[in-house]
Amino acid sequence: MSNLTKTSIIGLFSGPNPLFLVSILKFNNLTMQKHLFLGVEAIGQGAIDGGMSGVYAYPGTPSTEITEFIQDNLLAEKRNIHRKWSANEKTALETALGMSYAGKRAMACMKHVGLNVAADAFINAAMTGINGGLIVTAADDPSMHSSQNEQDSRFYGKFAMVPILEPSSQQEAYDMAREGFALSEQTKVPVMLRITTRLAHSRAGVICKEVLDENQLSLPTDPRQFILLPAIARRKYKGLLASQELFLKLSEESKYNCYEDGEDKSLGIVACGIAYNYLMEHYPNDSCPFPVVKVSQYPLPKNYIHCLNQECDKILVLEEGAPMVEEMLKGFFANGTTIKGRLDGTLPRDGELNPDLIAKALGKELFQEFAIPEVVANRPPALCIGCGHQDVYVAMNEALDKYSKGRVFSDIGCYTLGALPPYETIYSCVDMGASITMAKGAADAGLVPSVAVIGDSTFAHSGITGLLDAVNEKSSITVVISDNESVSMTGGQDSSAFGKIESICMGVGVDPAHIHTIVPLKKNHDEMVRLFSQEFAYDGVSVIIPRRECIQRASRRKRNEK
Amino acid sequence: MTIEFGKTTIQLINQRMKSDIILAGVGGQGILSIATVLGEAALADGLLIKQAETHGMSQRGGAVYSHMRISDQPIFSDLIPGGAADLILSVEPMESLRYLPYLSETGYLVTNITPFINIPNYPEIGKVMEEIRKLPRFIAIDADTIAKEVGSSRASNMVMLGAASPFIDIEFSKIESGIRTIFERKGESIVNLNLEALRRGRAFAEENR
Repeated sequence: MSNLTKTSIIGLFSGPNPLFLVSILKFNNLTMQKHLFLGVEAIGQGAIDGGMSGVYAYPGTPSTEITEFIQDNLLAEKRNIHRKWSANEKTALETALGMSYAGKRAMACMKHVGLNVAADAFINAAMTGINGGLIVTAADDPSMHSSQNEQDSRFYGKFAMVPILEPSSQQEAYDMAREGFALSEQTKVPVMLRITTRLAHSRAGVICKEVLDENQLSLPTDPRQFILLPAIARRKYKGLLASQELFLKLSEESKYNCYEDGEDKSLGIVACGIAYNYLMEHYPNDSCPFPVVKVSQYPLPKNYIHCLNQECDKILVLEEGAPMVEEMLKGFFANGTTIKGRLDGTLPRDGELNPDLIAKALGKELFQEFAIPEVVANRPPALCIGCGHQDVYVAMNEALDKYSKGRVFSDIGCYTLGALPPYETIYSCVDMGASITMAKGAADAGLVPSVAVIGDSTFAHSGITGLLDAVNEKSSITVVISDNESVSMTGGQDSSAFGKIESICMGVGVDPAHIHTIVPLKKNHDEMVRLFSQEFAYDGVSVIIPRRECIQRASRRKRNEK
Repeated sequence: MTIEFGKTTIQLINQRMKSDIILAGVGGQGILSIATVLGEAALADGLLIKQAETHGMSQRGGAVYSHMRISDQPIFSDLIPGGAADLILSVEPMESLRYLPYLSETGYLVTNITPFINIPNYPEIGKVMEEIRKLPRFIAIDADTIAKEVGSSRASNMVMLGAASPFIDIEFSKIESGIRTIFERKGESIVNLNLEALRRGRAFAEENR
């Protein structure tokens, strides 16, 4: 269990206070080193301590800080662990696979939608298998605190047929990152480590363990292991299918899964990952009357689940994300054990879990004395005062004034806030890079002018191929690359295309006469409006690059220089 | 009550200690600096901590909060259940009210009174204070003015921590050493400034509780 630094002894004494709780606070020579880590920091430290040689990632909440932690870590620097940002999650995962091919341990990190981008590499990495241990850390964002959707990455693990580790505490997150490489080498496939926002961005005490050595450089013993020509791939697929039995056995024997018996068999509970915490919140000191199966390693431990099914007529499934386990247990035919969870309304179908929802599901009374007064207004996030994107939107609105609304397609970043008042300039935000491609599609359909607003890092991530499509067909679109020279929304990480935006556009084939750069400032407002109007009227691909360093990054830089 | 027994320190405590605190404010107001000092104090006191934070929106002027849970027993949920918070500590008055459903019957609301107006429909501050004054236990403190008197408006958050300290079950001396540890590298005068801010905040709360 996490968070235990002390042994508690209950002693009975006679006298005015008959019951004392004695707590041994510290053994001076045996003080266990405890760090207060965020879940993401625990993973970063665990991976380093697990002998990792490289972390590959693209910034994405709630996964960003894993890589930032490793970038700031002294041992990572001493060992020269690879820790620079990748252009996108696909290149990140492929590069990690390359390191694994060469025999060393690697980790790729991303948010849940990032796994969509890396999916081709992920599914096929399960097919090739690995050489050096490979962990794919997927950080999901239920309740979409900073995402376009709330998808459940466990489905990808299931789809790829690889083991999944889902910690229920910061200590488990550390242990799983540290031991995950060995598990990957044992199972010969990548291992998914799945966390959610609440664990990722929550701090708790973690005990660190012995630091392991990195692997040596060594190529796969089977020289054709990574070649997925159909003839080879068919054999490998049979191998992957046959391995499922081993993965199941490992889950059933895993220290991360367990069956906690309870006297009251009227209800059995399956608690996955962080949901286990919310359950234990209501039953401190091992007071849960119901039998509980804790699941933190997949495939599902059939042994425990079958045991629960035998003992109980009703099973409540608590899991963060989609009702994946719930659906598996429920099955198609509604006979046999009653399964309760998100699908029957016991828990809400969408959104993240919290202790109050679990309390309600358990039939416990909720106490809330005070309500939110009506006077409290919504305070949504907004562009920082002085941000360059603001100047871009003000100029763009003026230049578009004579056209009908709904022709500006946008992308994912701080500039997405241009959808909100007072700008209301942009009308789409779907996935990384979709601004350019959707603008082209709309232009193909006859909506001209068609404008795309994209950031510098998003452009590097997945805008270039869309621009190539537009250039090849001489589409009538204007691409506005609002360049603040940083991956800003996630905290100001280095942007891959820094210093290269113009040359990339020219390399892709945009006519240099229609590539313009301007500094987005109030004093340049009229010039920006003129530039926008000119290029909106042009029947071909134009690229306008308003460029000014992100003010947050600039102020951090100045503070550090002092 | 503490007993030294060879190399082992045994502390006798006769009931569970817990402090569930909601920190509230607007992105950029630095509520996590309060959490850092408290976290340091709790660790020094041998206590267990869990602390959930909002990231991402923290620079974008949106509402931010942090759940801080301190106990001598293992803590499970990172989030505080509804009606279980012993304290809401807010650096902005309207934000203090946003988390009222978490406040327990006997809980305290401690808030700064200076509004942070970055939305067009911010309510009339009189109405906000009226709602605060309806509560059975609250402290409304002008932390910004006190911080300026002490020597720097940037010490405002430490004034807030001081004002909340009577309602947090950690020895005050441990909170003071938390400040020393966190601000150490900024030099003696900054440490002292923040300690003074802390004490002034506490004094205000003691007088007005």
